[in-house]
Amino acid sequence: MKTKSCACDGDCSSGGQTPVETATSSSDRMMTARYILVGTPMLVAWWLIYGRLEPFAGWLAHHFAQYLSGYNLSPGNIEHLRSTVEFFVFEAPKVLMLLLLVVFGVGVIRSFFTPERTRKILAGKRESVGNILAALLGIVTPFCSCSAVPLFIGFVTASVPLGVTFSFLISSPMVNEVALVLLYGLFGWRIAAIYMSTGLIIAMLAGWTIGRLKMERHLEDWVYKIQAGESGVYDEERKSFADRVRFGLDAVRDIVGKVWIYVILGIAVGAGIHGYVPTGYLASIMGKGVWWSVPVAVLIGIPFYSNAAGIIPVVSALIEKGAAMGTTLAFMMSVVAISFPETVILRKVLKPRLILVFTCVVAVGCIIVGYLFNALI
Amino acid sequence: MNIKVLGPGCKKCHETDKLVREVIAESGSDAFMEYVTDIAEIAKLGIFSTPAVVVDGQVKLTGKVPTKAQVRSWLGK
Repeated sequence: MKTKSCACDGDCSSGGQTPVETATSSSDRMMTARYILVGTPMLVAWWLIYGRLEPFAGWLAHHFAQYLSGYNLSPGNIEHLRSTVEFFVFEAPKVLMLLLLVVFGVGVIRSFFTPERTRKILAGKRESVGNILAALLGIVTPFCSCSAVPLFIGFVTASVPLGVTFSFLISSPMVNEVALVLLYGLFGWRIAAIYMSTGLIIAMLAGWTIGRLKMERHLEDWVYKIQAGESGVYDEERKSFADRVRFGLDAVRDIVGKVWIYVILGIAVGAGIHGYVPTGYLASIMGKGVWWSVPVAVLIGIPFYSNAAGIIPVVSALIEKGAAMGTTLAFMMSVVAISFPETVILRKVLKPRLILVFTCVVAVGCIIVGYLFNALI
Repeated sequence: MNIKVLGPGCKKCHETDKLVREVIAESGSDAFMEYVTDIAEIAKLGIFSTPAVVVDGQVKLTGKVPTKAQVRSWLGK
């Protein structure tokens, strides 16, 4: 779980603005028609542009190199610059376009879920089943990281088991659509799928372990004094198709509006590494053969705070230069799943012992993933 | 009329706070408004996704920024 000093980025798409009364069906139908009329040509345009990005980047970089050869540069220098430019001109628009589409889609899916509904599903569930459900619901439930603490209390006081609550809070930031898009864009669908499934498994097992350890008395005492009432007073109104499209568009404005700059900067750094750092350069410190690289990467990653958008392009360049896949995934997961500012916020509800256990359990999970994928890939 | 905007201080919570204040000022309502950031206080009201708006003890909205029209309807304007 991550607390982004309350900037609410990445996994927070709760910006849907649904009208109070369900809009009259005729104006709803008109909006629906408008969304379809505008949306379809936009999708076609997306598809056409997306397919032409790579040849375009190659063409542009080639001409750039020809232009440079007019200057007094060594062929090696020109080649470095050419490959840097090609990488950037291809990857940056590709990743941004994927983000637009996926964030919109996930936004629409999220309009079907609310934290209230998720709590209702999880309340009173048996532990193992609860952990699995909680990890899955963590992906699709819109919730702003700055409400992690109220949400925690809301879950625990509604008799959602502690371990199940942790499963939800771990999976929610770790398995998020921005991370998945970047991994897909830069490494392909296999790595994205591996990341998603191992993220879910860590969330399930870490939550389950915390549940086994019977840590309930390590919550701050005031949490139990709260007799949280049902917030059911507020009942989610029915959403129409147009409302859901609007929810998706809000998510795009919210999330893409916030992360695009990190994506561009990250890819720019990645492009620099791509063009200039020799292949295999990192194999000696971050390669498979170095047994201590996984725990060290995780230890470095724990206090470190970044969102997935900023870190993945850099990570991709590291891998290209010889860092092992497992080591890099473990590093990324520990960066995204736990951070120092987050533990400070959680301290309001958790006693130090439980924070320590939480951090250790997640860290061990990341380390296991690291070794596993270094062995498999 | 008593209006509470609840949120530990994220961007959306501030947006909500500002919006509700604006609407109260615009509509000339005599509603009393508070901005609650204390997490224990928020939890006591049974709210766990913020920002949230409570009008006279009744939870009107959780987890998102309201629209101006919504706020006006709560004020009865």
